[in-house]
Amino acid sequence: MKFHKRLLRAEPSFRLLSKLWSISWLYVLLICTLAGVGYVTLYSAGGGTPYPFAAPQAARFAVGLVLMITVAMLPPKMLVRIAGPLYVLSIILLVAVLHMGHVGKGAERWLMIGGLQVQPSEYAKVALVLALAAWFHRISYARMGNPLWLIPPAFLVLLPVVLVLKEPNLGTAVIIGGIGASMFFAAGMRLWLITLLLLPVPYLAKFAYAHLHDYQRARITTFLNPESDPLGAGYNIIQSKIALGSGGMWGQGYLHGSQGQLNFLPEKQTDFIFTMIAEEWGYVGAVTVIGLLLLLILGGMLMAIRSRNRFGRLVALGISMNFFLYCLVNLSMVMGAIPVGGVPLPLVSYGGSAMLNVMLGFGLLLSTWVHRDSRFRESENQDQA
Amino acid sequence: MRLRRRRRESSRLMPIKNQKDPGRGVFTRRALLFMAVQAGALGELAHKLYQLQIKDGDRYARMAASNRVSKRYLAPPRGRIVDRYGVALANNKENWRALLMPEETTDVSGTIERFSTIIPLDDRDRARIAREMRHQRRFIPVMLRDFLSWEEMARIELNAPSLPGVLIDVGTRRVYPEGELLAHLIGYVAPPNERDVARSALLALPGMRVGRAGVEQSQDEKLRGTAGSVEMEVNSVGRVMSELNRVEGVPGAEIGLTIDRGLQQKVLSRIGEQTASAVVMDCRNGEVLAMVSTPSFDPSLFDSGVSHAQWIEWTNNERTPLINKAVAGVYPPGSTFKPAVAMAGLQSGLFSPTDRVFCPGHLDVGGTRFHCWSRWGHGSVDLHQALKYSCDVYFYEMARRVGMDRIAETAHQFGLGTALDIELPHTRTGLIPTPTWRQAHHHHWNGGDTIVSGIGQGFVQVTPLQLATYTSRLATGRAVQPHLVRAMNGDLGPEATPEHWPELGMPDKYLAALRSGMFAVVNEQHGTAPKARLGLPGITMAGKTGSAQVRRVSRALRESGHFNSANLPWEYRPHALFICFAPYDAPRYAVSVVIEHGNTGADAAAPLARDIMTDTLLRDPVNHLTPPPESVATAETPDADTPPADTPE
Repeated sequence: MKFHKRLLRAEPSFRLLSKLWSISWLYVLLICTLAGVGYVTLYSAGGGTPYPFAAPQAARFAVGLVLMITVAMLPPKMLVRIAGPLYVLSIILLVAVLHMGHVGKGAERWLMIGGLQVQPSEYAKVALVLALAAWFHRISYARMGNPLWLIPPAFLVLLPVVLVLKEPNLGTAVIIGGIGASMFFAAGMRLWLITLLLLPVPYLAKFAYAHLHDYQRARITTFLNPESDPLGAGYNIIQSKIALGSGGMWGQGYLHGSQGQLNFLPEKQTDFIFTMIAEEWGYVGAVTVIGLLLLLILGGMLMAIRSRNRFGRLVALGISMNFFLYCLVNLSMVMGAIPVGGVPLPLVSYGGSAMLNVMLGFGLLLSTWVHRDSRFRESENQDQA
Repeated sequence: MRLRRRRRESSRLMPIKNQKDPGRGVFTRRALLFMAVQAGALGELAHKLYQLQIKDGDRYARMAASNRVSKRYLAPPRGRIVDRYGVALANNKENWRALLMPEETTDVSGTIERFSTIIPLDDRDRARIAREMRHQRRFIPVMLRDFLSWEEMARIELNAPSLPGVLIDVGTRRVYPEGELLAHLIGYVAPPNERDVARSALLALPGMRVGRAGVEQSQDEKLRGTAGSVEMEVNSVGRVMSELNRVEGVPGAEIGLTIDRGLQQKVLSRIGEQTASAVVMDCRNGEVLAMVSTPSFDPSLFDSGVSHAQWIEWTNNERTPLINKAVAGVYPPGSTFKPAVAMAGLQSGLFSPTDRVFCPGHLDVGGTRFHCWSRWGHGSVDLHQALKYSCDVYFYEMARRVGMDRIAETAHQFGLGTALDIELPHTRTGLIPTPTWRQAHHHHWNGGDTIVSGIGQGFVQVTPLQLATYTSRLATGRAVQPHLVRAMNGDLGPEATPEHWPELGMPDKYLAALRSGMFAVVNEQHGTAPKARLGLPGITMAGKTGSAQVRRVSRALRESGHFNSANLPWEYRPHALFICFAPYDAPRYAVSVVIEHGNTGADAAAPLARDIMTDTLLRDPVNHLTPPPESVATAETPDADTPPADTPE
């Protein structure tokens, strides 16, 4: 009740019911459809039974759905206020996982908190989006021209990137970096500054590589090209390609994908779930899933453009970008285009942390949609009519 | 009012340019750029997927099928080997072995340690287990111990709770119920080596064995059978998920031998402790009824692996237990060669059976004196007497006049010094020397070489099986080949009928003259082998003695008058030989006996041959479809107490 009162005090012109009504239910339906694809595929990955994958995942999705709707009700003013503490918490968790985390298959690291497996790197992405959006919201667009104002947010990005790289989880680090860069760009970073920063990058890389020891270079080579290890990632990629290819146009039929059902396909319920879809449903099914993912991404971007407040725009863009990069890295990986692992397909892959954090992200996205016309102002923000 | 204003402003949902809010315009433009990049990137991925799934789809689909289907072969059971009556001589028997399934135990080394307290493992076992553990996947069992006894198996079962992952499995091993009795004939099997596997992939199957000697080796491919196969759907670690297709294999053929197990047993017991070999043949069709070589060995030792000490003991033994002397032992035939020389002489036209040669006890040729075995000589002898007395001078003279080439040709016709068709590996051909052979080895052929060859000495070397074949051909006039395999899966081959074998082309009157001479050897007064006379009423046998020197007797020793070969050390004594066939008037069986260093054919080999022939005639395996009852056969065996049938033909 107290919470409700505070909610009303924050936005007196809205009632909770009208807020609920203003949620984009079409978008929610899209999310549910993709989660349904995930359920159906996990049912098959479990050998045609709801256990061990499909049923727990459905339960998590239900929890995620409630979380999403709840977060969608939170006003941007409140989100801006809690962005800083949430970011600090994410950094604490990232440091904690480096020192006392458990290492799973691949490179994901997780913490046990109250009997739950928590992957701080998943949560860090959402926290970073909030923190960056809050920072860029606070400084005006005019201040984007001054590089000094961009130094603190740069550290906001670099800190989790370095910590995640140390885990080491290259895939997630790239995604975090990508989210940060896209938000800098969208927030209005000047083009001259971008050019200036990008120019020396090739030279710096060359210089750094030339000053590395041989063993360090070898380490980088194997890091970038795990296919040199045929029993490691290379094996997974080969099996994934075989499964994709054997799917053909119309697939081998639901529950009849030979590579997935016979366990040739590694990590079929997590990283390689898309391969399983493509094997059983063929090219048609796989492209349908890609289409659904693209609809979610572009829908999120449209919500960002539609928002009347800078914070909402940047949050929606960051979340959409996160979802996009997630899909891009995962799909490229299963098709053998890039040699990294440890990135699941959002909403579809089995896994609790990823599911809850993706739903948390969608909750923030929907919050910006619900509060799309709110024009709150913080400090020096000039964005007022 | 406020609501209307909001609606108006919200009509500009996508402000590309916004003068009041420059940040929003920039954001919209850049966000649209992002959307284009996102759509483009996912479109590119869809394109790449098209290439993987549709364009290269067939190739990957083939790879998927080979990923999935695993073809395995099923080892066929090895064919049995039975004797002529169907008695099993080589059989497959189930045996128990302890396996360890590494994936079913958490503590592999601990389990092995506990296992070794129940069933001791030696260092060889441990090394083998460690090797297999390294090479095999965790779901493929590793063999801990093979050939478990019932008691050992019970002890393992009793301790099963403390031995997780240990299971008892049934395999087959080759058993030879007769053991040493037929070791040389049947041979033995051993696990295939890498070269065998390279020749036939079938041998890579677990439990397959390769024949390494005897019939097991010569009939290996027929005994082996055809592998069945089973196609299975396997998962990525090779575990079987379901069976797709199964083709049953064909078990190996059952090989029926010509051997009479009971007769073989009797021959072996007659030979006793002597180092000897004996062959009993059906002289009408070449079926080998018994073939004994002593001493023998236990063939079952090979299946489980022969110890080094045992191997050294076998190979260093001067009595050569591993060698089948009947086919791989070569001996100078001595006087048993004389009928062949006589046939060469008769066929040359230079001699007739009635031609006489005077024997003064020696023959001088080119300054060398060749002695007859009788110092006083035999006087004037014809062919019949020469064979009966085994007069050396007669055959010296015959060889000298006929020449070595004619002798060799006739000997080869009889099967001496030739490769016979016997189904055994590692046989030797022996040798009938000729001047051409001698010159091919860069030596000069002396006239004396021909003369000593005339009495089966010098370079002449034959095997006991060749002697039996020679006797059979002499007795029947047909070019029979000795053989051991009588039937495959119960079907007789054409070799069983005498008419299958072609005539030798030797005149009957000459053959009759030789047979009559050999009859005289045994049955007439002053014949060399009176001890070979049969004690059976109405049946007589013909034979020929032979004593083959293994060392030249020096003149000084011979002239000292004290020479007696029985006083020599064992390895310098002459070999004792005897060949015979019976019944004389309608030959059915031929026997050859060679006793290594047995001293004289007349005293050592002839009585043995007589006993063997008596046993053979009493069992008469050729005319019986079932083996005679053992007890009756032994009871009727006559001994010295029955009066010898002294009836000259």
